[in-house]
Order: sequence, then structure tokens, then C-alpha cells
Amino acid sequence: MNDRSREAHDAPSVVALDHISKSFAGVRALDDVSLAIRPGEVVCLAGENGSGKSTLIKALSGAQPAESGTVSFHGQPQAQISPIGAVRAGVQVIYQDFSLFPNLTVAENIAFNDRLARGTRWIDWREMRRTAEAALGRIGVDIPLDAVVEDLPVASKQLVAIARALVDEARLIVMDEPTAALTEREVKHLLGIISRLKERGIAVLFVSHKLAEVFSVCERVVVLRNGRLVAEGPVDEFDPASLTHHMTGREIDAAPVVSADAPRGSDLLQVRHLSREGAFSDVSLDLAAGESLGIVGLLGSGRSELAKALFGMDPASSGTIRIEGEEARIDSISDAMERGIAYVPEDRLTEGLFLTQSIGANIAAGSFRRLAGTFGLVRKSDIRDEADGWVERLSIATPSSDLPVSSLSGGNQQRVMLARWLATTPRILILNGPTVGVDVGSKADIHRTIADLAAEGLGVIVISDDLPEVLACCNRIMVMRDGRIVDERRNDDVTENELSHLLSSDAEDA
Amino acid sequence: MAKTSRIVSSDHRHLLGLAALTVAIFVAMSLARPGLFLTGANMQSMAFQFPEYAILALAMMTAMLTGGIDLSIIGTANLSSILAALAMTALFPTGGNAVAVLALALLVGLSVGCLCGVINGLFIAGIGLPPILATLGTGIVYTGIGVVVTGGSAVVGLPDSFAVLGNAAVWAVPVPLLVFAAVAVVMAFVLNRTIYGHSVYLFGTNPRASRFAGLKNGRLNMTTYMISGTLAALAGLILISRANSAKADYAESYLLITVLIAVLGGTNPYGGVGRVLGVVLAVLSLQFLSSGLNMLQVSNFAKEFVWGLTLLLAMSVTRIEWRRMIDFSGVGRGRSPNAATGDKP
Repeated sequence: MNDRSREAHDAPSVVALDHISKSFAGVRALDDVSLAIRPGEVVCLAGENGSGKSTLIKALSGAQPAESGTVSFHGQPQAQISPIGAVRAGVQVIYQDFSLFPNLTVAENIAFNDRLARGTRWIDWREMRRTAEAALGRIGVDIPLDAVVEDLPVASKQLVAIARALVDEARLIVMDEPTAALTEREVKHLLGIISRLKERGIAVLFVSHKLAEVFSVCERVVVLRNGRLVAEGPVDEFDPASLTHHMTGREIDAAPVVSADAPRGSDLLQVRHLSREGAFSDVSLDLAAGESLGIVGLLGSGRSELAKALFGMDPASSGTIRIEGEEARIDSISDAMERGIAYVPEDRLTEGLFLTQSIGANIAAGSFRRLAGTFGLVRKSDIRDEADGWVERLSIATPSSDLPVSSLSGGNQQRVMLARWLATTPRILILNGPTVGVDVGSKADIHRTIADLAAEGLGVIVISDDLPEVLACCNRIMVMRDGRIVDERRNDDVTENELSHLLSSDAEDA
Repeated sequence: MAKTSRIVSSDHRHLLGLAALTVAIFVAMSLARPGLFLTGANMQSMAFQFPEYAILALAMMTAMLTGGIDLSIIGTANLSSILAALAMTALFPTGGNAVAVLALALLVGLSVGCLCGVINGLFIAGIGLPPILATLGTGIVYTGIGVVVTGGSAVVGLPDSFAVLGNAAVWAVPVPLLVFAAVAVVMAFVLNRTIYGHSVYLFGTNPRASRFAGLKNGRLNMTTYMISGTLAALAGLILISRANSAKADYAESYLLITVLIAVLGGTNPYGGVGRVLGVVLAVLSLQFLSSGLNMLQVSNFAKEFVWGLTLLLAMSVTRIEWRRMIDFSGVGRGRSPNAATGDKP
């Protein structure tokens, strides 16, 4: 604390929060939090889901002003902050969804706000392009100005959002979970851009719960837990264990939860020379009961496409799939479900959950046929019983399965997805990014659950680009690159660095 | 957790509010015109009037549960009742056994209505047209066929026994009301107790997730439009029985009213939310309002004005509810940053 106040005297802080508190329905979301960010400083705001990170961002961006305490911009205390006031003071927030206009071009997205802020009525296309080009140039990236934003990959959308913030003369850019949807290589690129911003004197408040990123980019770490600031200091005063401890309030063991020598059961799945044009080619793999197989690859490596082919969503065009030795044609999701294949999709919010519907309905969604009686009739009480059983078995934290699934935290939502598919009594469970957007504590619990399921005789495939994750909960790991399987390792036979090297396409061909 | 219990009950709160509104209108009209409104004759008269558009509103609500809409219900109702009328006049030119006449009318009418629904389903689920455009188009086509078949004039000379469907009463309870009650009970059962019902709410909430959950989106769409088509045909039959003739342009003013009734009843136009009970309450409140205004000698023009105003008011109120749901859930058209991090403030 002393450290911070001393430094704060040296240069006026871009933003200073002084004893900020905020409650929602009697629950303290922020409790007496003070924080100052100096120009050009990269600060990491760490904390589990529900720790108050979003509330803090909203307090300083004026989206939801705090109840007590003061916010100062450039040393000036603000009586009341409005979103537009924050923008004028140079505070830009890049939310997870980037808030871009998907139907407009890159140039329009970058330059639009600026036009709006200046109150120009007429659109000068040439100047718009110049503005956009200059902004992209400042972060040193090259994205076609005429590309429509919705066609861009996630990483490029994010760069567009950053460029837009720069046009608006940002002094502080808040990035909310900026790496949640990025692959490792893209993360490195982003971290590079953050250092460029820093050189220009722009401060960055980086919200993340991925520890590796925190250590590679930030100078100072601020940890929130249950709305309180529990730890703060230069990054070198922390190590992964102590940071995790501050975030969760408990010790988390990072050791693998499965052993490479776990007993293998009978063969479950044999895939031979599976191909789908433009997605993946000549993929062969074996999966036995009781085994957990990791498939790692960058975005675009074909990892998700392979999973979708095995699940019948986008069927393969050639190759064979055998399940328990029997040749299986999987041309539709029903084919896959009949064969006992379950797939927990990558994007929980858009592909997985029915957010406004109850936890019970979300769990039962895959099992209506089983839950229905002889006449195809479904009782609400049967759905509730089924759901309550899973809530208990997977320790989903909720007072009732009748509550909407949107009331749950990310980790618990992911458990609802697991419950939905386990309720279909699958033999093969494919998990795509099982802990994306899940906090550290829940993550370890989910890894434990994956290991337990394999131990119970399920064949599990984990698709992920979170390398510590696959190392922790998979016996074997396959590496995918450009649509092909390029390597296969036991989890005790490869390190995170080796895997990371194998992933990137400039590695020598296997 | 406080906010979550609010979402859970928002559905119920809406129904409660609507029930209060219905009772309030009823009481107000009874007090204003005790000798006219609060009479058996008026109750019966209202019970003859609302079932036809109430059934159409149920058809509309069902389509809206998927996040779609069925703008072809009026075209469907008229086409199926015209064909039913032609079948009756052809086979029973001099009248005939009431059971046989009704059976023929229902068989022809409901089959045509169901077929219209199948065609809508093919355009929506098969070709992938947005429901609003597909049904706008098919509705015009169905109306057009009706015009061609009838030459634009009314089909008259319906068998006397067919009048039972729209005009008879059993122990003072109008037959149309009985038909509507049966339809409401069946639809409530279908939506709450069948696999289709449970699935359609999920499909309407998030079609993409529904596909990933292994639900058959195409089949759900098809079943939905078959139901709305069949219900529309049933409403059409009641309508021509009351009018004692069939014509291609009957009930055109009902189309948008049914959308408004469905929404007033708590149906979310984005899909996934809607109850039969809500539609029933919405229909009753509007019927009480229009009958009461009639008795207060408000001119017919003013009546439409007041009706429209009520609907707008109710929609503005319910719109707040939707916004709240969208905010909390992060469904909407984009994700709210709050839902994306799963943070619980």
C-alpha cells in the first residue's frame, strides 16, 4: 500500500479509485477498494468469477457508478462519472464481446465513434479510411480495411477494438478477459501490442485469471476476492502459487490428476484416415475405455472441426470410424448420440446453454426421450428429480434446479453442460475447451471430474489450447497442426514448452 | 441470488399483473354499467365473440415460441374454411345429418390447415427462409387461392346443421367457448407435458444450442407450423359458422391483433417464453374492454383506438420485462459483458 501511494505522487494517475464500495441487493460486490493506475502502467486485475472485477470496471467506466468513494481522472475527482465522461477522460473498456458492429467494415468500426464524437454529419470515406489505417498502424497490425467485421477471426476483431480505442485518444485501456478466446500465438501477439501501448504512455488494466499471462505482461498485480482488494504489489512479489492462493483463498495443487499409466480398458473408438475437405485430413486415432485423450492445436488447426465430425455435426467426407470394433456411419448428431457419443461444445453461452431456461431444463435437454414415459409424456417432477441428482453429484452450487442457468457462475454452468451429456449415459465424451472462462478453483474441480469419469470407464477426448490443462487431465496428448495429427505424447513424456513448440506451424515437420 | 429469483418469477409476475388487469376491467365495466355488463346475456354474447380470435392468438403464440411468427394464419383460416364450405355445399346441398356435416367440415378444414402449416414448415425448416417472410408470402398465396376458388364472392348455402359450431349453446355455454376451452387445455398439455413442448421452449430460447443438444430443429419448426395451421383452420370454421358464409377476406383485421394478444399474454417475440394462460387472460381483458366500451356507447372507432392504446401500453410495460431478461441472461442479440464473465455482482 505504501508503495502505491508513494508512486501515485510522482505522476498524476490516469485513474484513481478511492475507497469505492458498491452493493447489489444487499451483497457487497465491491468493498472499500482503492486503486490507482499511472500512465503507461500495465496492471493486472486478477480474481475469480464473482470477485468483483466486472463491477470495478463498471465503476470506473461510469457504466454503473459506485455508491461511495471517489473516482478521479488525471488527478481530478469526478462528482459523477458517465460513460461518455469516462471516454472523454480517455478511459476505454474493451469488453469480451468487443462491442463492434459485426455488419460494418473494419474501417467503419474503427472510425465510426470518432465521427460520432466530433459530431460530423457527413461521412468522408477517404478520411475514415485514413483514420482507421493510422490506428491500425499504431499497433502495427495489418487487417484489410474493407473486410466485414463478422467475417474476421476473433483475434482480429479484438485488434479492431483496440484500434478503435486508440482513435478515441485512450489514456487507459481496460481489457476484460482479452485472451479468453485467443490461441497461444495470438495471445503472444496481443501481449506484444500491450507493450507497444505502454511505450506510448497508454496504461492498460488487464483483467484475467490466466496466470501465465499475468506474469508475462503485467508490472503490478491487484487481486480481488469477494469484492475486497486482498493483495497488491509488483508482479515479481508473486508466483503462480501465491497468486492462486490470493485469488481462491485456498491452495490448489497443479499436479496431474491422471497418470499416463492408468489402466486401459477395451477399445472404444478407432478413427482411420478421417478427412473433411478444408478442415482436417488423414486423422487416425484410438481411444480406449478409461482413457482420457487430449487434442491440442491452435485455432484453425482443425481441432474443433474434428470434434464436430465425430459428433455428426459436420460429418467427415472420407475415412472410417469404428466404435467398439463395429464400423459406424456418423452423418448426423442423432447417429452420434445413438452410438453413445456426447459433445460439450466450445462456446458455452451460444452453443451450449439455454440461458433463460431453468438449470433443470438445461440438464434434461439431451434426455427428454429417456425421461418421457411410454406415451412420450414428460413430467416436470421427473425433470426436477433428474436435475437434482446431477446438481448433487457434480456439486453444482445452486439453491434450486428451478433457477435459470444464467444465475450460475461459469464453472457451474460448465458443470450443467457436463451433467446434460452425462445424463445421456455416453460411452465417449468429447469436451471442447472444458474450462474456458472458468475460474481457477472450479477448473481444478472440473479436471478432477474428467479424471473420475475416465476412471469409471468412459472414453474422454479433451480438446483444448490450455496446455497445463491437457497435461493435468489427459493420459495421452495428440498435437494437431494444419488439419493433421503431427505428434502424439504421453503426459509424462512432454513438457508445456515442448507442446507449445509443437503447436506452432514454424516447428519442423514431424 | 436475489436477482435470480426475480427472473424466475418474472413469468409469474406477468401473469399475476395480467390477471389483475383483467379483473380490474371486469369490475370497472360492471360498476359502470351494472344492468348491462354484469348480465348473463352479456356474458354469453362475449363468450360467442372471443373464441375465434382467441384460437388464432394461440396459433400465433405457438409460432412465436420458436422465435418465429405465423403471418399466414388468416390466409390459412380462410382457405381451409372456404374448401370446407365448398365440400359441405357439394356433398350436403340440402342439409343433412349434423354429425356427418361437422365431421366433413372438420376433416376438410383441419387437413387443409395442417397442409398449409406443412408448406410453411418446408419453407422455414427446409429452405431456411425467415418465418416472417415465409409466412407473409404463403399467407398471400393462401388468400389468393381462396379468391380464385370462390371468384372473390362468398360461399353461401351452408347446411343449417353446421351453424351449431358457431351459434349453439349447451346449457347456456356457447359451443365456440367449449371448443376454445378444449383447445386451450390440449395446447397447455402439449406444451407442458410432451417432449415437443419441452423442446420447443429450448429451441426458441437458443436454436443453436438446441442443435448442439441433439434436438431436431427442423422437426420442431415443422410441428409448430402444423399446429398453428390446424388451429387457424379451426378458428376459420367457427368464423364461417357464425357468418353463415365463407369468403377469402374475412377476419383480416385479426392478424395483427393476434400478435398483440400473444405479446400482451407474455409471449416473448424472441422465442422461448409464452403460456396458454397468458393468452387466455389477454383475450378476456380485451373482450371485457371492448364489450364494456360498447355499452358505454363509445363509438366503434373510438373502441379500436382504445384497444390499440391498451395493447401499446401493455407492450411498453412488458417490454421492460424483456429488457430485464435480456440484460440478465446475456441472450439478446449480443452478450452482456456481465453474463460473459459469469460474474455475479
